[in-house]
Amino acid sequence: MISVNLLAVFYLISGVLFILALRGLSSPETSRKGNFYGIIGMALAIGVTILSVGNFSLGFIYLLIFLAIGGSIGAFIAFKIPMTAMPELVAGFHSLVGLAAVFVAISAFINPGVFNLGMPGDIKIASLVEMSLGAAIGSITFTGSIIAFLKLRGIMSGSPITFSGQHYLNLALGITILLLIFYLCKTQLSLSFWIIIIISLLVGVLLIIPIGGADMPVVISMLNSYSGWAAAGIGFTLENTALIITGALVGSSGAILSYIMCKGMNRSFFNVILGGWGSNEQETSSSSAKEQKPVKNGNADDAAFLMKNASSVIIVPGYGMAVAQAQHALREMVDALKKNGVKVSYAIHPVAGRMPGHMNVLLAEANVPYDEVFELEEINNDFANCDVAYVIGANDVTNPVAKTDPQSPIYGMPVLDVEKSKSVLFVKRSLSPGYAGIDNDLFYRDNTLMLFADAKKMTEEIVKSL
Amino acid sequence: MEIDPFIFRLSIFILSIFIGYYVVWSVTPSLHTPLMSVTNAISSVIIVGAIIAALAGNTENIFETANIFGFMAIVLAAINIFGGFLVTQRMLAMYKKKKKDKK
Repeated sequence: MISVNLLAVFYLISGVLFILALRGLSSPETSRKGNFYGIIGMALAIGVTILSVGNFSLGFIYLLIFLAIGGSIGAFIAFKIPMTAMPELVAGFHSLVGLAAVFVAISAFINPGVFNLGMPGDIKIASLVEMSLGAAIGSITFTGSIIAFLKLRGIMSGSPITFSGQHYLNLALGITILLLIFYLCKTQLSLSFWIIIIISLLVGVLLIIPIGGADMPVVISMLNSYSGWAAAGIGFTLENTALIITGALVGSSGAILSYIMCKGMNRSFFNVILGGWGSNEQETSSSSAKEQKPVKNGNADDAAFLMKNASSVIIVPGYGMAVAQAQHALREMVDALKKNGVKVSYAIHPVAGRMPGHMNVLLAEANVPYDEVFELEEINNDFANCDVAYVIGANDVTNPVAKTDPQSPIYGMPVLDVEKSKSVLFVKRSLSPGYAGIDNDLFYRDNTLMLFADAKKMTEEIVKSL
Repeated sequence: MEIDPFIFRLSIFILSIFIGYYVVWSVTPSLHTPLMSVTNAISSVIIVGAIIAALAGNTENIFETANIFGFMAIVLAAINIFGGFLVTQRMLAMYKKKKKDKK
């Protein structure tokens, strides 16, 4: 048994360790140490909690068993998961945090005495508010993340599902939740607690189904944020500093990432939440301009020749690279080019891929040194001095229309100035527009050579002819 | 008059939001994916609530409804803790610098 005050000090220490864990991520060199701090913080929090309960009987053995079950499942997943599946994995993990928060809230509601919150039917008002908010946000995170997971996995179609009155329904449900919390506080009626959870589960589904595949980076970040707020809500209920600190950290982290992603698409957060790209309104603008324009078609030998004789090449990877698992082939191509004395760098758009930093992880997996990889602002001016831009699996993020056509739905979105390089090699399976449903002007430029093939196959063929 | 302990917790909460804000802005964009997986892992510190919920109450009967929810939450949080930290570790191990000709 340790005293309550000592316990609180330990929780504070693990909170600080979590802050250091995030702080470590400011550079790849310090990041591993940061992760280690995080692990220590977690071990400390778990250890002192077990000591504080001081119940080393049968329950303790079960605790270890359940911990081991969960731990081995988690470890198994962590070692088996391919890097390309990282977005799904993170979405899946978010759903677990959400559900765990709901379970803890339910447990606290059924047996409030354990947490010093009063008696069933006579729970402190503040605790009731906190635990029902925690349970509500946790439920939304749970079902929302499951939908996101299904969409990312391709089990569910990535296209937005919309129906009329959707936003009003969500609004009404949100208000109902608040009213029910108020009602719960007044009457202590447990039925309203269950209804809050059920409605919140429904809201989670409704909130994510209208959001399209290309907006997934925002959704994942947003759910990350929600899982943090849910944890903080539970932290208030349990009067636990570690949980409050962590919840706040994770909540603001997810919120910042959502903001960065929205900015990367030049859209407001509400715009993303309230409906996806590629909905019907925009189709008219692209179809009207759809006359058959000539396209220059090339093969792997042409591409190899162009790049071999270039002095600098910039590679622009996108989601297509992840789908085709082309990162290793790409790395081989770059090695071959470097042997020929070509300077190669990588340009990454903030929303390339399906989650923040997705492309960086894939390139890191293929052993690309991180100091050859650049963000949009760092590299965008270099396109003008570069001989070849190799666009692999990216589309909308290179579309010059975003700079020129105010009519275009992506107007104002920051894009990579690929068209300024002397020649552009565009690996793509067909001429079809990207997720945004907009024709890419770049296809028809004189300095663009289209390479119609699977990203991996094409890159491998180029390696062969180099 | 004493200050309600709730206010103290609220202060911690608000200040932590600010700390999170500044710390996360300093995270390099190339590490945003590890950032998400590690925040995922640390938010599973909710396991402390699950442990209390699971072990609470009568020692003879540890499978009351409230305890069962606690145990289920432990499994979920444990998946997240181990999975989150390990996958972050795995990712971070891949970030390497160029071997020679450092700029």
